[in-house]
Amino acid sequence: MADTGSFKIEEKMNGRRRFLVAATTVVGGIATVGVATPFMLSMMPSERAKAAGAPVEVDISKLEEGQLLLVEWRGKVVWVLKRSEEMLETLTQLEQEDALADPDSEREQQPEYAKNTTRSIKPETLVVEGLCTHLGCSPVYRKDIAPADLGEDWLGGFFCPCHGSKFDLAGRVYKNLPAPTNLIVPPHTYLSDSLLLIGSESKESA
Amino acid sequence: MSKEKNSMMSWIDKRFPLTANWKAHLTEYYAPKNFNFWYYFGSLAFLVLVNQFITGIFLTMNYKPDAGLAFASVEYIMRDVDYGWLIRYMHSTGASMFFVVVYLHMFRGMMYGSYRKPRELLWLIGMGIFFVLMSLAFTGYILPWGQMSYWGAQVIVSMFGAIPVIGDTLSHWLLGDFMLSDAALNRFFAYHVVTLPILLLVLVVVHIIALHEVGSNNPDGIEIKANRDPQTNIPVDGIPFHPYYSVKDIFGVVGFLIVFCGIIFFAPEFGGYFLEHNNFIPANTLQTPDHIAPVWYFTPYYSMLRAVTVNFLGVDAKLWGVILMAASVMIFAFLPWLDRSPVKSIRYKGPIFKFALAMFVLSFIVLGFLGMKSPTPLYTLLAQIFTFIYFAFFILMPWYSKIDKTKPEPTRVKE
Repeated sequence: MADTGSFKIEEKMNGRRRFLVAATTVVGGIATVGVATPFMLSMMPSERAKAAGAPVEVDISKLEEGQLLLVEWRGKVVWVLKRSEEMLETLTQLEQEDALADPDSEREQQPEYAKNTTRSIKPETLVVEGLCTHLGCSPVYRKDIAPADLGEDWLGGFFCPCHGSKFDLAGRVYKNLPAPTNLIVPPHTYLSDSLLLIGSESKESA
Repeated sequence: MSKEKNSMMSWIDKRFPLTANWKAHLTEYYAPKNFNFWYYFGSLAFLVLVNQFITGIFLTMNYKPDAGLAFASVEYIMRDVDYGWLIRYMHSTGASMFFVVVYLHMFRGMMYGSYRKPRELLWLIGMGIFFVLMSLAFTGYILPWGQMSYWGAQVIVSMFGAIPVIGDTLSHWLLGDFMLSDAALNRFFAYHVVTLPILLLVLVVVHIIALHEVGSNNPDGIEIKANRDPQTNIPVDGIPFHPYYSVKDIFGVVGFLIVFCGIIFFAPEFGGYFLEHNNFIPANTLQTPDHIAPVWYFTPYYSMLRAVTVNFLGVDAKLWGVILMAASVMIFAFLPWLDRSPVKSIRYKGPIFKFALAMFVLSFIVLGFLGMKSPTPLYTLLAQIFTFIYFAFFILMPWYSKIDKTKPEPTRVKE
């Protein structure tokens, strides 16, 4: 080390030194990834966030035809809509008009027991998450038929004010609009005729 | 006195290159002598940066990043903290003015070809600053936890969910929860006051280092370094930044501050464009406001996001919208390699480029307007047309910039 005057780095970069530099770089790189891992994982949902989300019970006995009930489950809005006979008729009418992107609910947006025309366990009661499948806004319930802003073909349903997606009264998305899929049907079951359980399919867990 | 000062300076200079840096970046940094109005916006952007840092620090003294307390803490700042309203309005107006000056600064670069060789890296560093600025604006907008904060964040975070395969995990990782909640507010606060400001400051310093390496462009788009005084080696068309441009920039600062103070004192919400009316309502997770739009500086990109309404190539319209929106911002970074014109400045470019640039500005403004409006079939169609024009400006540039009829560049800058 004393005489560095004639030191030339290229000459000293022989095989052994090159190997040591490469090995140090690799080990250092692995160590960096290793240290970064706990920091990155600390950003995932915490145990408390995972534990939250117990099912909620809803009394639907007082729900009138055409009335929409907003329920909060896991911080999300869930809609419970009681549909009249006329409202249910619009569902088949839209299927005949070929207006919907996924009329038969082929895409996995609902439990098996809701994969039907009404997308529900009981035909008259719809339970869906009230968040647009496009970018998560909450659509507006528009039961008025043929209003000025939505056009003469509007049979009632849900309209997303953010990006203009439309859903029918079973939460099925209209064709050629930004939202790709039907609204999500959360797991739910009936504890009795008037008591709905959202967030669980098993009657015991309540 | 003067002798003492000199000995003091030499004491410092032996330990830190203070005089050398002062000269290199101010008194002996030679900038072209033909800077015009458009050259105010770089220094103004720096002024707004300082404003945001100072007002931001004071806001953190009273703000609480907690979903239960955030909204009330902002109202507390506005009503109960002495001059809290002033500091908050300086910060919120500063955010919008940051985008005003940065957009004009970028437009200057597009007019005079400031992104062209040898300033490609300078332009890319500037793009980095632009991305960080957008992230800062987004994270900052969430903090008051009003209706627009909440639903705006919901929309942006849902865009990550559109990414195939990893989308869901990625959005849970970003939010720290399965939906937008207190965890997200808390971490966005950390990004807004620590991570992003540090990143911004580093990038601004790197931007200036790169600028002083290659030298400033000018409205004629010619290199002043090509024509140096044989004795002094100083560019003949260059003048020292200090005092010539420091004085000019002070004039710009005064003009800017008149506008800035006018907004703060007379129209701080700016008719709902700087601070949206719905954000004075606390976040409600059950209901989206009837009309939701981002703040004005994001509306052009937002228009493009929702302009895509058809699925094609087996990909959802939703994902295409997100891709298009990301591309609309990223595409500026490719300008140095898209422009094949033999000249840099608009002064010597031909009619095709002038028309293309005018169409680009028009589409940017129209898309910005449409992004503030509720979607109707007509507006969606207009957004689609102008999205097409917006991208055509960039994508067709290698072709039209080459065939365009240019004028010869002068050898010296015009007075």
